[in-house]
Amino acid sequence: MAKGFKKTKMLTDTPFHYCPGCTHGIAHRLTAEVLEEIGAEGNCVGVAPVGCAVFAYNYFNCDMQEAAHGRAPAVATGIKRVHPDKIVFSYQGDGDLASIGMAETVHAAARGENITVIFINNSIYGMTGGQMAPTTLEGQKATTCQAGRIPELNGNPVNVAEMLAQLKGPSYIARVGLFDLKHVMEAKRAIRKAFDMQINKKGFAMVEILSTCPTNWGLNPIDALEWSKNEATKTFPLGVFKDITKEEE
Amino acid sequence: MKKLMKGNEAIAEAAIRGGCRFFAGYPITPQNEIPEYLSWRLNEVGGAFVQAESEVAAINMVYGAAGAGARAMTSSSSPGISLKQEGISYICGAELPCVIVNIVRAGPGLGGIQPAQSDYFQTVKGGGHGDYHMLVLAPATVQEAVDLVYSAFDKADKYRLPVMILGDGMIGQMMEAVELPEMVDVNALAKKEWATDGTGVGENRRIVNSLYIQPDVLEEINHKLFAVYAEMKKNETAVEEYMCEDAEIVLTGYGTVARIAKSAVHMLRAKGIKAGLIRPITLYPFPDEAYARIAGNGICREMLCVELSMGQMIEDVKLSVNGKVPVEFYGRVGGNVMTAEDIVKKVMEGR
Amino acid sequence: MEEKIIAAGFGGQGALSIGQFIAYSALEENLEVTWLPSYGPEMRGGTANCSVVVSDKPVASPIIATPDCLIAMNKPSLAKFVNDVKPGGLIIVNSSLIEDKVEREDVRVAYVDANAIALKAGNVRTANIVILGAYIKLSGLLPHDTVYNTIDKIFAKKPKVIPVNKQAFELGYAIEI
Repeated sequence: MAKGFKKTKMLTDTPFHYCPGCTHGIAHRLTAEVLEEIGAEGNCVGVAPVGCAVFAYNYFNCDMQEAAHGRAPAVATGIKRVHPDKIVFSYQGDGDLASIGMAETVHAAARGENITVIFINNSIYGMTGGQMAPTTLEGQKATTCQAGRIPELNGNPVNVAEMLAQLKGPSYIARVGLFDLKHVMEAKRAIRKAFDMQINKKGFAMVEILSTCPTNWGLNPIDALEWSKNEATKTFPLGVFKDITKEEE
Repeated sequence: MKKLMKGNEAIAEAAIRGGCRFFAGYPITPQNEIPEYLSWRLNEVGGAFVQAESEVAAINMVYGAAGAGARAMTSSSSPGISLKQEGISYICGAELPCVIVNIVRAGPGLGGIQPAQSDYFQTVKGGGHGDYHMLVLAPATVQEAVDLVYSAFDKADKYRLPVMILGDGMIGQMMEAVELPEMVDVNALAKKEWATDGTGVGENRRIVNSLYIQPDVLEEINHKLFAVYAEMKKNETAVEEYMCEDAEIVLTGYGTVARIAKSAVHMLRAKGIKAGLIRPITLYPFPDEAYARIAGNGICREMLCVELSMGQMIEDVKLSVNGKVPVEFYGRVGGNVMTAEDIVKKVMEGR
Repeated sequence: MEEKIIAAGFGGQGALSIGQFIAYSALEENLEVTWLPSYGPEMRGGTANCSVVVSDKPVASPIIATPDCLIAMNKPSLAKFVNDVKPGGLIIVNSSLIEDKVEREDVRVAYVDANAIALKAGNVRTANIVILGAYIKLSGLLPHDTVYNTIDKIFAKKPKVIPVNKQAFELGYAIEI
């Protein structure tokens, strides 16, 4: 019998508010599918960020907490310490995770806090209208660096995955893309791995997902995927930067 | 049996006995004995302690833990409490119960580490953004600190808001004899149906949130919060009136300062001056009725508000007294603490 | 009855412990007590001090303006508090470190060569317990046996040091003005 395409039960029926062509929807779905696969239904708490995914608590079909901007790893820490046997994850964008919440991110990772972090890197502040993000590429235009990001003037993009991989605490750090089916499937495997680490009590795991923002990039959805594939990956190469199960082998 | 304990350690033990099972904090003088004590004590009772990377992270860990259903606490001192304001606003918006201890030190800025009461405005008037209040308790003795912290968790749960214990370096560092209350059985506490314990699915999902994008919805939430504060004012307002019945001059102050003022009352009475004392135990809700009644009793001629600040609580005293009698002020700041003799001198100046 | 004591000295001289011994012992006697230490940078180098109030009624102010007794373990402590002591009050001077004499006529003064006596007891680090013994004797605030027995409780985790501290206490208690 042919396998039917159906909605995962770890997403609610609430329609996404995301712009056309934005890959947040794919990232949500992949995360939700993995949650379903690992049996997280009725067994899981998610933490939503401030940014485009601020309404994530309406979409994931599980108990959710909405955190202050950047504080999701701290909130998730509080939840996990109270319910160590529940699956706890945060879903955060680049402004949230890598700018205002960098301290919370780094220290949750350094503690090896047993949570899973889904990190959406689209190189821009989407919700507030296209300002420069900590992950905006050199030369990339944003409303607060209209001539394009000049490192001497605007600083350099932050490579979160590479940075966190230097720490002892994390169990698994990977960067994935969503620009074609092959990479989408690869992304899902990485997300699965990141949740498996939590289930096996291996400690902090993060998947950085290169995402698109056609609206604020000023590109159509197809071109946005191309830009993500060809431009974003130059600064943010895909790969697994840390995997303690590999090191153990 | 009574036991001699340092204020900070007594506060920590009272929290454990009151059911606290999660603590996150960041080191700052003069409250360090609280996290130090809880770092080992919480393990003994199956709770969790996290030394957070910052005050900001600590209060958000408390947000997470409280939202997950645990009795959670953080403690700090003034500069650290400033950093927690964002989280406190979110906790109030999300209607989460928790206990926050502020062992106040002198400011502004890095200020000093000696006792002060200069965080009164921040504590009772808001501090963070938005329309909200906390239940604010001001213990004057180590025993009272124990009793207030112990019951603070019940009150936080009942009203679903943060309870702030406003102490100062004096009460934190002082040793006094205390009687410790019985250990609360945390497993016997009422289940928090709203808490994200991970079991929610579909219609039964629990969402801890302070975001309400529709003005009408948010307006309703604001009114709902203030209905809780009104209820709290009815039930929780607490004040000590000491020798006020025949007092012509009524001193007023809170916390440790009220004890110094109480000694001043004794000394003034010994000089034949009929003095009394009003000591608010709840700073929010403020016991305005007691002030209005005493100011209007026809005997009280004057009030003297004594604070370790440039004059903060005096604004609420004046609002409560509403012009019935003059309200004078005496304050020491910078970490200096007045003696009872200083207060007596101030009273005598006007005579 | 209300007795107000300030004990002061260099950090490490045990002035704060003297206050704690008095506080613990007062509690044993079912008295009310507050022990308030100085804290922070002041403790390093200058005068670490504590204010102890013992009373048969609840203690109102833990802050002391005019102590009934000053225990001065070093020179800066004596200089800082000597003029605050109530007329008729008691000053205990650690004469091992303080050469000065108290110039006031209206107070009782005991000069205690605490280091030498502590050495006699067996350990110079018990100098503060010598002073404690002297204070208990000269103030008459608390019964000898109550404070003596408090030594067992305070050093319960270090039983080895109990005998030398008890010896120091007894030698201090033998002091008269």
